Amino acid sequence: MAPPCAIRVPIDSDGDIIIARQKGRALATELGFSPTDVVRIATAISELARNVLSYAASGEIRLEALNSRNRCGLAIVAIDRGPGIADVEQAMQDAYSTSGGLGLGLPGVRRLMDEFKIDSAVGEGTTVSATKWCRR
Amino acid sequence: MMVPILKQGHVLIATIMAALSDEDMRQFREALLDRVVTSRASAVIIDVMAMDVLDSFATRTLREIAYMTKLRGAKTVLVGVQPEVALTMVQLGLHLEGVATALDLEEGLAYLDRVNRRR
Repeated sequence: MAPPCAIRVPIDSDGDIIIARQKGRALATELGFSPTDVVRIATAISELARNVLSYAASGEIRLEALNSRNRCGLAIVAIDRGPGIADVEQAMQDAYSTSGGLGLGLPGVRRLMDEFKIDSAVGEGTTVSATKWCRR
Repeated sequence: MMVPILKQGHVLIATIMAALSDEDMRQFREALLDRVVTSRASAVIIDVMAMDVLDSFATRTLREIAYMTKLRGAKTVLVGVQPEVALTMVQLGLHLEGVATALDLEEGLAYLDRVNRRR
C-alpha cells in the first residue's frame, strides 16, 4: 500500500469547518465516491470538526486518501488536545447523545461511515478516525 | 455571507445561496426573525437547495427558526432539501419535526395557498 496522501486542515474557527468540509468533498469526488457518499463524508467532517471546536477550542482534521489494489477509501481523522472523553462507551450511545448530554453526535457519524474508532484520554485529547470505502 | 430575504405578499422567501458557517447561520436566524416581526409576515419559506450539507447545527438552527416563527404566528416551510442530504440526515438521526417541507419554492407557495384557503 502506497503511503497515504494527507490533507491537514487546522480547526480554529467555525469557518474552518466549511474549509474542511469543502476539501473533503473535493477529495471524495476525486476518489470516485457516489454523490450520496460525498454528502455523507462532508457531513461527517462537519460534525467531527464542530466537536473539535466545541470541546477543545482547536485541533485538526486530516483527510487521507487510502489506496490499495482493489479498493480506495477516505479517512477522516479529527485530532484535538482537549479535555478528552471520560466514558467513550457512553458517548457512543444514541440516547445519550440525543438527550442533550454529551451531544457529540458520534453514533450518527459512525452510521455515515464504514469504520469508526475513538482514542481518547482524559486531560490529553481525543482522536476520532472514520473511514469510508469506495465501491467500484 | 448574507442570505437574501424577499417579501412576496405576506410571505418571506429566504434563499440560502451557499454553505453557511455557524456564525452566518446564527446571523441568518436573527435577520429572518427580525424581518418576520417588522414585516408582519404570515409565512416564511426557506430554500436550502444550495446547501450541500445539513448537519446537526444547521438542522437545529432551522428547527429553532421554525419554532420562533411559530411563536410569532407565522408558518415556516423548508424547501429544496436535496435527496442525498435527506438520506444523510436520516442516517445521522436528525429530525425536523414540526417544520413543514415542500419539494421546491413553487410547491412551497402552493402549500401555503392550500393552508390559507383552509383557514
